[in-house]
Amino acid sequence: MPGKLKAKIVAGRHLPVMDRASDLTDAFVEVKFGNTTFKTDVCPKSLNPQWNSEWFKFEVDDEDLQDEPLQITVLDHDTYSANDAIGKVYIDIDPLLCTEAASIISGWFPIYDTIHGIRGEINVLVKVELFNDLNRFRQSSCGVKFFCTTSIPYSYRAVMVHGFVEELVVNEDPEYQWIDRIRTPRASNEARQRLISLMSGELQRKIGLKVLEMGGNAVVGYLQCFDLEGESGLVVRAIGTACTLEKFSSGSASITCPHPSTAPPSNACNSPKDGKELVFGEELPLSSGPPTPFRALPSSSSSPPPFSPSKPCSRQSSSSDTDLSLTPKTGMGSGGSAGKEAGPLKTLLRQQTQTTLEQRGASSSGLLLNAREFPFFTLTSFPPGFLVHVGGVVSARSVKLLDRIHNPALGNARSYKLLDWNSVTADEPETRDAWWEEIRQEIKSHAKALGCHAVVGYSENTSICEEVCILSASGTAAILNPRYMREGCLDVGSIDHRFDDPSPPNCGFCHIPYDELNMPFPAQLAYCYQCRRQKVPDVLFTTIDLPAEAAVTGKGCLIQARLCRLKKKAQGEVNATAISNLLPFMEYELHTQLMNKLKLRSMNALFGLHIQISVGENMLLGLASATGVYLTALPAPGGIQIAGKTPGDLNNEQHVAAIQKRINDAIAKNKELYQINPPELTDEGVGSPIPEPRQRSRIFRSHSESSDELSELDLSHGKKDAFVLEIDDTDAVEDIHSLLTDAPPPAGFHSCSTETMPGIYNWTSGIQMFTSVRVLRLNNTNLTNQGLNKIFTDLCENLLKSFYFKLRSTVPCCLCHLNFTVAVPEEELVQVSVTAVAMTFDKDQNQEKPPEKATTKGGSETEDQLQFPLELSADSSSTSPQPSKISGVAENTIVSTRAVSVDYGSFADRCSTWLELLRLKAHTIRRGSVKTSRRTQSLAHSVSSLEHCSPLPEGRSRSLCSSRSFGVGSVTMVKMTPLSFLPGTRIIKYLGIINMFFIRETTSLREEGGVSGFLHSFIAEVFAMVRAHVAALGGNAVVSYSMKDCVLMENPNKNQAQCLINVSGDAVICVRETDQEQTTNTGQTCGTIDGAT
Amino acid sequence: MAVELDVFVGNTTIMDEEVYQLWLDGYTVNDAVRARMEGGVLDEFDATADVLLSDTMDQYRTFQMCERLLHSPAKLANQLLFQIPPHRQTMLIERYYAFDDVFVREVLGKKLSKGTKKDLDDISAKTGVTLKSCRRQFDNFKRIFKVVEELKGPLVENIRQHFLLSDKLARDYAAIVFFANNRFETGKKKLQYITFQDFAFCAGQLINNWTVGAVGEGLCKTKNNMVEDMDVDLDKEFLQELKELKVLITDKDLLDQHKSLVCTALRGKTKAFNEMEANFKNLSRGLVNIATKLTNTKDVRDFFIDLVEKFIEPCRSDRWTAADVKLYLTHYTNSAHILDTFKHQVVWDRYMGVIKSCIFKMYHD
Repeated sequence: MPGKLKAKIVAGRHLPVMDRASDLTDAFVEVKFGNTTFKTDVCPKSLNPQWNSEWFKFEVDDEDLQDEPLQITVLDHDTYSANDAIGKVYIDIDPLLCTEAASIISGWFPIYDTIHGIRGEINVLVKVELFNDLNRFRQSSCGVKFFCTTSIPYSYRAVMVHGFVEELVVNEDPEYQWIDRIRTPRASNEARQRLISLMSGELQRKIGLKVLEMGGNAVVGYLQCFDLEGESGLVVRAIGTACTLEKFSSGSASITCPHPSTAPPSNACNSPKDGKELVFGEELPLSSGPPTPFRALPSSSSSPPPFSPSKPCSRQSSSSDTDLSLTPKTGMGSGGSAGKEAGPLKTLLRQQTQTTLEQRGASSSGLLLNAREFPFFTLTSFPPGFLVHVGGVVSARSVKLLDRIHNPALGNARSYKLLDWNSVTADEPETRDAWWEEIRQEIKSHAKALGCHAVVGYSENTSICEEVCILSASGTAAILNPRYMREGCLDVGSIDHRFDDPSPPNCGFCHIPYDELNMPFPAQLAYCYQCRRQKVPDVLFTTIDLPAEAAVTGKGCLIQARLCRLKKKAQGEVNATAISNLLPFMEYELHTQLMNKLKLRSMNALFGLHIQISVGENMLLGLASATGVYLTALPAPGGIQIAGKTPGDLNNEQHVAAIQKRINDAIAKNKELYQINPPELTDEGVGSPIPEPRQRSRIFRSHSESSDELSELDLSHGKKDAFVLEIDDTDAVEDIHSLLTDAPPPAGFHSCSTETMPGIYNWTSGIQMFTSVRVLRLNNTNLTNQGLNKIFTDLCENLLKSFYFKLRSTVPCCLCHLNFTVAVPEEELVQVSVTAVAMTFDKDQNQEKPPEKATTKGGSETEDQLQFPLELSADSSSTSPQPSKISGVAENTIVSTRAVSVDYGSFADRCSTWLELLRLKAHTIRRGSVKTSRRTQSLAHSVSSLEHCSPLPEGRSRSLCSSRSFGVGSVTMVKMTPLSFLPGTRIIKYLGIINMFFIRETTSLREEGGVSGFLHSFIAEVFAMVRAHVAALGGNAVVSYSMKDCVLMENPNKNQAQCLINVSGDAVICVRETDQEQTTNTGQTCGTIDGAT
Repeated sequence: MAVELDVFVGNTTIMDEEVYQLWLDGYTVNDAVRARMEGGVLDEFDATADVLLSDTMDQYRTFQMCERLLHSPAKLANQLLFQIPPHRQTMLIERYYAFDDVFVREVLGKKLSKGTKKDLDDISAKTGVTLKSCRRQFDNFKRIFKVVEELKGPLVENIRQHFLLSDKLARDYAAIVFFANNRFETGKKKLQYITFQDFAFCAGQLINNWTVGAVGEGLCKTKNNMVEDMDVDLDKEFLQELKELKVLITDKDLLDQHKSLVCTALRGKTKAFNEMEANFKNLSRGLVNIATKLTNTKDVRDFFIDLVEKFIEPCRSDRWTAADVKLYLTHYTNSAHILDTFKHQVVWDRYMGVIKSCIFKMYHD
């Protein structure tokens, strides 16, 4: 009996009136965990009952503790009829299972009912006693910490980064069970909420197990998603990055983790076995990989072979996870030669790479594969020096038919399923696993084509419409520093020159990882504008946050590409084929738009790129958001050149000239707006632009079929290669117009999709997180693609305008982490949901933070420290009025569409091994000790600040702290932010992950103010419940908050609506940093200030 | 193409004070948008009417959701649904309970009943305050009336604590409750010139001096009847005692003596001396009669109209200045102390103190 869960029901308040006669309520509470239920006494005739119950004790397995939520139901006692439910509270016990997280849950929780919303509050105390040493368990994974944050959490140090972990769990959706026909909507909703809560608990436990097997103790960048597949079931899946984390304060870890200065620097090509033993010790089996039998490889095009059972994927053995030796039948890999030493896993690795890649790879090193197949990292920002080079965005998509694959037997009888679900879908998780496996393999091969051995900023998502599902994955191909990795993991040989001659830290990541003679795509290379030694591409696209050390010229801005494509309504395979045929064009056009908009803003790099493609019955929506910046290290972008199709026509030429002028004006204006004044360089100064093997510009137009004929045009004007837009039909004109319609944010505002805005410093502590949802109904059935595009673009632009307007009182401010999610909930409906945070900053941007700050803060705390030493760019300036450098189109995104598909055959495979196990170390011992002392200080500080902001559990300590905490209010203020930090504060403790799923339904839509009123109150309720849980854990903020899903279904005619929302984040305690400002500024001052306190 | 749904929810609830005021004033969303456009929001910030509409709708929804909480402001502080910083909460409550003086003037002293509520559209038409706003204000009066009705203790303090209002607003509500409870007649034509603030001041005087609570604080703490409504009802004992003042007008000697004392004091100090002298007996009779009749509920209701008819109007027709009135009343009150046969000094002071300050307040155009 490994654990005892104790719960006490203290009191309720603001209960609804359940008895009309007396205008009062006779409330009592049922406390349920697993199959055990306790009840409190009835507290008669009170809307503010005091139960003050005994401690209810549940003796349970720790496995259950991880899976199950504590379920608290408040009921109204009725002598004559059935007791009426008032509402429920689900409490996730998980944070209590971690010794470092919360120790007690105590506070007021909103009592939630899926039909009525929040109905009063209940005060609850929950504790857990674990009997055994946590680490001895293997079924459970108690003690593994989870973080949504996609960087190394503050106050932690990554001793080791183990790599990718993934898992998925499948179940039948209660909403579609036969029993749903006879039960109330409330019962159905509650069954669903409970099931999902169970599934996410189970998922988290399973991932935790994997982490333990790998020898880690935490998951960072934990990303959990739901796929509501309707009748075919419900999938909960998660990915994350396994790490071994260590608190700064603990002294023990310095022993286990060799100091970088003393650690043997990356010995090349140690035997895999050694490496493995070093990591895991003796107990770790090789087979700790995901139970995902390798199935099939997709073709390198991401218009994937749709689903057909006759495809190779059906040929898989349905075997266990260790059966990895099967030879792939895809005809892509030639694994034979490569597999000579490393066994099955190696074969697996090899097979998806191109033949030629393999040869080089095989020759360059012995392969090493640890348990993990995928060198993917969900992190988006990294300790300094971790990221060596960035190749570009890699993405893959695949269209799948849902029910056909996993339960063909059911046919049309689906809705009356009485069959034992488990027998029908026993292999369903494997089916889903195989799908994702395919995608991941494709991503990996793309990364390889870019000469990279890892993918960072990795994420996965789906879009489901009826039975069609688009699976997408994307990330940024990268090379990571071998110094941070376990010895022997890295094939240093092939990339040695880069490490022997370390690049300057602030431009190194821009340098190309691939071979300049065999570029994976047509790109124009130039010598780095900062170090002048390495080559850089002319444009760089990434999914990660801007590295803290990167040098940026001017400010960044949000860049969005939006696209609608109509498609015919269809069923089944026809539909899936149609969709997969459309995908490449969409990717291509989105990419084109991004590129055009980037050029228009005179920028040369995108960070935090997120491309979403959503499928509806009669259309596909694509939305790409990113933060554009001007990287000082990259060449200046050329302008955009407009070319008329029919030269000689005078009218036309005038027209072209007019447009050209508008574009040039726009570029000039943008340069001023974003303060992009790069130092201009002479060619002589730089060395020279790399001679371009094929001196041509690609032409981006909306109609890709015509681009071929134009591709041979020599459009370069002298040395200044311009980016050419061809006007030959109305489409192109539309494109150009849409290019120019994006309004810049009004004065005082900035916006970006990344954590912080490049070029803005001095954040003040004001933040305002918000969620906004807008749904458009397209009444006009005869819409064209252009019409739709216009509508969609306007929708997004208007949303942004609304935000600026609403937040006008907070200027100067920046909307950070603007995360747009599009969906097509029904035919003719387009839904856009946005979550972002407005952060205020000091108008005075002159005082930049000292550059050394980044390094002094240490590995885990860098991303909020934006210091971009602009003087570096000034160094290189020579004032020659030479026009800007050569530019052209570099597709650093490998979007594997046909339109841009590239022959990868000739590329070197420089990085043939993956480095799953990375070691991150503190940089110096001195710094470590500084941190230790600072840590103790911050604890001391926390005590005092706790009194200020009363994150203490309210229930008992209210009398102590509530009276003075807020004057009128007794509710803890809980800040929420999608970022990993709160400006002006320091996170002193992570209390655990918040992962909540709610359903709200109404049958009185009009009375609740229509869909807007309904959703407005639901979102407010979700916020309230998140805040209450955080406060009950003792926290005062949520970081890395995100709303994963917001699924709204409405039927105004029936006066009904239903909505599902899934949110997640990390509950933290943070304290104001004001009196510690100096501490964090420089390492030198740390000691003295600490001493003073 | 139509916007089917449009919401914006902040973790900290965003509320625009200007829109809040428009909402409180009962503007419809469209009227509010128009008002905001005229207010020039769009000029100072580059935005379109759509944006303004969307923002206004969001705000209106938020206010509507908040309204339930505002009905019991204490809940606003410990509810979990909206995260509102304390100073914003204070603003929300204060504004929600703020009222229009023109409106309150119409319902002052009326029974806060359904019947009155039905008349609100007339009042709305008359005052120019929107019906919606009238209803909110009326409901606020009623709500506060109901709550304090059942509470013991000082009226102003009760209102302040239960509705978290500022001192000023709490005092105004105390006046409204006091007027509603005693049903003072305020609607007569002759009283039209008196503003709500005048009445509120008078109510404050009455509450502080003529109720049981007023005595309770200083004099009668020992009395075991810590009566409910001690601030709302006039002190019955005191009203009885007022009958004794009748001697001032019934006793001819006393009346003459009083007059000569006052006239001596006033002589040469005012231009209106002749009128004062001529009217002394009338005026004195008027004031003392008011005092002696206050045991009748009906006459309590007519208290203000009596003051106007019996004192203010005669003075005004003789063109007394405010200073004249002040001078006269001061000497009138003080001279009574010198009358050796007049034994009711305490009651006289308690009565005249209030009368004096009420008349001062009410003596204007």
